[in-house]
Amino acid sequence: MLKELAQEKWSGKINSINIGATKEEGGSRTSVVKIGGQATLPFIFNDGDIPHRPVIAAEVWDIAPNDWSSTLNSELEDVYSDPVSWSKKLIDEFKVDLICLKLQGAHPDLGDRTPTQEVKLVKDIISNVGVPLIVIGCGDDSKDNLILPACTEATKGEKCLFGSAVQDNYKTLVAACQADGHNIIAESPIDINIAKQLNILIHEMGFGLDKIVINPTVGALGYGLEYAYSIMERARLAALTGDKMVAQPFICFSGPEAWRAKEAKASIEEHPEWGKELERGVIWEVLTSATFLQSGADILVMRHPKAISTVKGYITKLMEIK
Amino acid sequence: MIIIGELLNGMYKDVGKAIVEKDKSVIQKIAKSQIEAGADALDLNCGPVSKDQVSDMKWLIETVQEVTDKIIVIDSSKPKVIQGAIRSAKNKVIINSTTADKEKLEILLPLAKEYGCSLIALSMDKKGIPQNKDQRLELAASIIGFCMEKDFPINELYLDPVVMPVDVAQLQLKEIIESIREFKLLCDPAPKTVVGLSNISQGILDRSLVNRTFLVMAQEAGLDAAIADPLDKKLMDCMITAELILNKQIYCKAYLDAYRKSKK
Repeated sequence: MLKELAQEKWSGKINSINIGATKEEGGSRTSVVKIGGQATLPFIFNDGDIPHRPVIAAEVWDIAPNDWSSTLNSELEDVYSDPVSWSKKLIDEFKVDLICLKLQGAHPDLGDRTPTQEVKLVKDIISNVGVPLIVIGCGDDSKDNLILPACTEATKGEKCLFGSAVQDNYKTLVAACQADGHNIIAESPIDINIAKQLNILIHEMGFGLDKIVINPTVGALGYGLEYAYSIMERARLAALTGDKMVAQPFICFSGPEAWRAKEAKASIEEHPEWGKELERGVIWEVLTSATFLQSGADILVMRHPKAISTVKGYITKLMEIK
Repeated sequence: MIIIGELLNGMYKDVGKAIVEKDKSVIQKIAKSQIEAGADALDLNCGPVSKDQVSDMKWLIETVQEVTDKIIVIDSSKPKVIQGAIRSAKNKVIINSTTADKEKLEILLPLAKEYGCSLIALSMDKKGIPQNKDQRLELAASIIGFCMEKDFPINELYLDPVVMPVDVAQLQLKEIIESIREFKLLCDPAPKTVVGLSNISQGILDRSLVNRTFLVMAQEAGLDAAIADPLDKKLMDCMITAELILNKQIYCKAYLDAYRKSKK
């Protein structure tokens, strides 16, 4: 018997956000990234509008990573020492939509780079690349509260995406992003209740709900991927039924998470039965990233050029269904 | 849960006076205060003071639409008033209401379909208000049958079991709650359900307490909408908390606040 495909009619939609500003808009970007605006679940084109495709941001560090896997090193080692070249390589050769600059080296235990040094780097990248910028702190709250406001000020008008505001440390970054016209990442530890509460706290400071991107914190394949998926799915369903406090686009750090997995990093000598690490690591990053596209990721932060190319192709195919 | 604000009704003195004097500011202030408090829709009823109900209803609709794009609920027992006023509505409309009587359904159902409106249908007819659940279900089933015949989308139909005051028909209240539960089982997709909440507490002392207790019980039975007073903060808090317990809202510390902000 032929059955009609059930159609959902959603009352809510995800906020639209523009990251980056062109010269006309007061910045200097040559391209702007638009995310959000969905009025349906991911890739269910029949039920509602999906105005923008998910985008990929390449993760670039301010210092050369010393604990990344040999698979990543073989592709990127030559540019580790120069974040500008690193960014350019991924933009020019692999067409990433954004650069996600992690100021890891500002961490007191990892180099303790100064606000002046980080501002100089951010400015270097801004003047050498045209894509919009995501800037992430080092994770040490007090240090981030020094470097991030310096960086928001240095990039005033560029409409970057800054992170991360967390439940116990959000006020400084919110005030800085508010003053300098940037978007903000609200990060919660795989906890939908905290994600919602944090959005309310940020909103109460007068910050627009339409300038927040949620980092739900994801786990890689084999490390809590399903749980993160279900959290995102739950938030999306609530947003589509009208809960504006969780109607923000998602950023998923699928690349960094995937490369933390032993299965991605371990050498073939350690685990001969797992096959070549060169392929394995990339597969791990691709699978982790592709999964979160299906739970609603709007921005994927990724590392390996091959994984980036594969997922980019996959996104194109998914969007063709439209 | 869709909360339909009940305060724009000509039977209230200030509203009646504003309708007679065509004082927009009073109406708009009440409209805005209900929305501010979390109303999803606004019920408009000219009440007994109106001499020309069609033109008064049109005026009410236009006045309210100037300050909100929320759903307008055109409330009149006379199909002619609804017919006459509906063209003025730009916002989404719910027609309030038809009964199970064929002569009313034959006017209002095609009208709702033509204008893409939802329709509230009371499970009662000329013979009066049913005395038990079975009679309510029988009337509801005949309304659904009529909708199917006329190809009216069932998810735009709101069945109202007709709530009775607790001091008049105490025996019926449990039957009404069970009717809500069973209305939802009458067809797939299920019809929506609505109650005129304040009826339950007509003429009794602590109206708010009775209203909110009934509302929460009805929510558990699957109630989709209530015509109620959104300015009753305790009522709204209970409604939001019940949604939380029924897993229809995501919990966070400030969940009451979050719900209200989401409605703005």
